[in-house]
Amino acid sequence: MPDALMAAAALVLLATIAGLVRVLRGPSLVDRIMAAQLLGTGGIAALLLAGVATATPAFVDAALVLALLAAFATVAMARAAPRRDDAP
Amino acid sequence: MTILVDAASLLAILVGLLFFAAGTAGLLRFPDAPSRLHALTKADHLGLGFIVLGLLPRAEAVGGATRLIAVWVLVLLSSAVAGPLLARLARRR
Repeated sequence: MPDALMAAAALVLLATIAGLVRVLRGPSLVDRIMAAQLLGTGGIAALLLAGVATATPAFVDAALVLALLAAFATVAMARAAPRRDDAP
Repeated sequence: MTILVDAASLLAILVGLLFFAAGTAGLLRFPDAPSRLHALTKADHLGLGFIVLGLLPRAEAVGGATRLIAVWVLVLLSSAVAGPLLARLARRR
């Protein structure tokens, strides 16, 4: 069972890395912000799975901190976006 | 009994992985920014919810079920705040 959970964590990380392609390709700024938010959600899922797999409570605390930081980062990026600018 | 709980937990985690992969595929393949926002906030968070649901039986080892559910509720609330912000930004540009 812990091996299956670790494999699931690796798969979530793979999906997250695949989603990061949107950061490179995204035609606008919003797509890049959304891909960064995907990194937050995917990182939380992988941290939770790895934490239960190794029975370490610290992983869940790290996932909590990552959730908070991702929220702040998304709001900060959305607020700092240039208005009516053509450069993404 | 433990076998049943383990199987249900694994099934929930698999469904969560499926939803997560579908949400990421939507983020990559949808035609415009608002629909990508839909894929990101709905499918990915549902996948996270299923993963948390699957991890609940084993939650005593990592400090209790309340912590796992709190992580999920926090992610939901933060994306409920950030979603309209991003949608407004997408519409403005």
